[in-house]
Amino acid sequence: MNTASPREFLNSTDVRVLEANSPSSDYIDVPASRPLRLDCDRLLAPFRIAYKTYGALNAAKSNAVLVAHALTGDQYAASQHPVTQKPGWWETMIGPGKPIDTDRFFVICPNVLGGCMGSTGPASINALTGKPWGLDFPVITIGDMVDAQVPLIDHLGIDQLFCVVGGSMGGMQVLEWAARHGPRVYTAVPIATAAWHSSQNIAFHEVGRQAVMADPDWRQGRYLELGTEPRNGLAVARMAAHITYLSEEALQRKFGRSLQDLAAKTFSFNADFQVESYLRHQGSTFVDRFDANSYLYITRAIDYFDLAAEHGDVLANAFKGTKTRFCVVSFTSDWLYPTRESREIVQALNAVAANVSFVEIESDKGHDAFLLEEPELFAAVRGFLNAAADKRGLNSGSGGR
Amino acid sequence: MLAPAIPSTTRVDHLLIAEMVADASRVLDVGCGDGALLQLLADTKNVDGRGIEIARERVNACVTRGLSVIQGDADRDLADYPDDAFDCAILSLTIQATRQPKTVLEHLLRIGRRAIVSFPNFGHWQVRAQLLFTGRMPVTENLPEAWYVSPNAHLCTIKDFANLCRVMNARVERAVAFNASGQQLGTWLPLTVHNLMGEKAVFMLTRTRVH
Repeated sequence: MNTASPREFLNSTDVRVLEANSPSSDYIDVPASRPLRLDCDRLLAPFRIAYKTYGALNAAKSNAVLVAHALTGDQYAASQHPVTQKPGWWETMIGPGKPIDTDRFFVICPNVLGGCMGSTGPASINALTGKPWGLDFPVITIGDMVDAQVPLIDHLGIDQLFCVVGGSMGGMQVLEWAARHGPRVYTAVPIATAAWHSSQNIAFHEVGRQAVMADPDWRQGRYLELGTEPRNGLAVARMAAHITYLSEEALQRKFGRSLQDLAAKTFSFNADFQVESYLRHQGSTFVDRFDANSYLYITRAIDYFDLAAEHGDVLANAFKGTKTRFCVVSFTSDWLYPTRESREIVQALNAVAANVSFVEIESDKGHDAFLLEEPELFAAVRGFLNAAADKRGLNSGSGGR
Repeated sequence: MLAPAIPSTTRVDHLLIAEMVADASRVLDVGCGDGALLQLLADTKNVDGRGIEIARERVNACVTRGLSVIQGDADRDLADYPDDAFDCAILSLTIQATRQPKTVLEHLLRIGRRAIVSFPNFGHWQVRAQLLFTGRMPVTENLPEAWYVSPNAHLCTIKDFANLCRVMNARVERAVAFNASGQQLGTWLPLTVHNLMGEKAVFMLTRTRVH
């Protein structure tokens, strides 16, 4: 199904396995003496959190912005990816003079717990066994990801983050940061997200996991030890998921029914249509950079996310007494986390009289809009952050006018 | 720090509202539009201000200029807020565009310790004259749209509004009417004159305790 040559795929896999255990980014090792109690009630220790930073921390340590990444993201938000060599996944948003202005703010982007780019996850070596964790890795939650980032913030000497910002699963982490560690969060920007994962979204995740687990090379999750890789399964999972990140309109506009370098249909199961070829490409490039078990664990964490359920089934209770200033952002064509789900967050925040802004951005690009060139998104984030930074008394950056 | 200059284009009703709002108070502006009043209150009164606005592009413009504003609907979203969440809840030239003015006003009085409501006066002599002499829905500087495109659904006169306050047991702390040139009408004038000469009115209300 994929067309990558064996050499190419060996190379990227080798790099990826290397990155999972010795990241080229910074990292902290949380010692066995500081175990993390996970939501499943297991203790995790020691563990590692890999992270990248951009910009400089000011003397008062008051200008830190934590960027939380989405399902398949990583710490390389604004710098080249060590496996793919591609630019960072949020370079439109983060950088000098950008909406999250690194001349003004100190940006910290950690790889999530359960990830595969250096933070402890199923692809990491379990110190107790000397083998990759695989399915012995505990099932984690969004709250666990956030709690695992706290030692990093402590390590950097930061009492209060100026902002926690992220889209999609990153937005869920933003909400958990505000709910679990409210006093440490001055502003929170959850983008294209929800306070709970819907049944339809769980269903899509289950399709993806089943595709991975149905691949004979998955080997009950022990593929890293056994020297195989469930490439086909993970690629199919990515293809299915990728559809949910777009919109019908965007797909139609981009591909329509156009054929891929063909004058006529081939009457075969080749990728006749451009959209098929596009999805196959998305699938095969994804498996080069991502670990299949990480995909299982992180999708599970998202499925389990239900902030209201953690607070007596009343979402507002998650934010009781909050002093954090919120800016909630949704996109008109996002059907994965539609605007009404953002509105639920806003309603809960209003119920506790929190300081909240809420913008819905007109876009036909679907859920992925938060990663793309969306001037209205940039303007809103820039305006919100700069106004809050002025209130917080932060010096303005070069682009912080 | 120097007090920022107030732009000369500032609406007279906004200036009056700013005068009514206490320093550093918590304010909700329902139907905040482009955020001009919130900005004025932030600049001159250092308020902790929030806004609700129905039009998405205006909301985004507000957030871009650093105001805390959400996209929402006065008819639907005020129910979310707890009692006494704000020192002052403002409804500025918006009540006439709501579907349920009485319910909206009830929420306003519940959410805010005080409510400030401004509205165009349908009892103004020009409005009356147009209806009387042309037999058609009035179009004035204050009510610029034709009936079929106007967002206004529940227009009222100053007398009507005063009556609603009575019906709702709301205490009128202050009521001011502005004439067409933006001057306040003397408070010694009778209600009937306000109702005839006032183009817009601003009411400051509190709820009457129910014993």
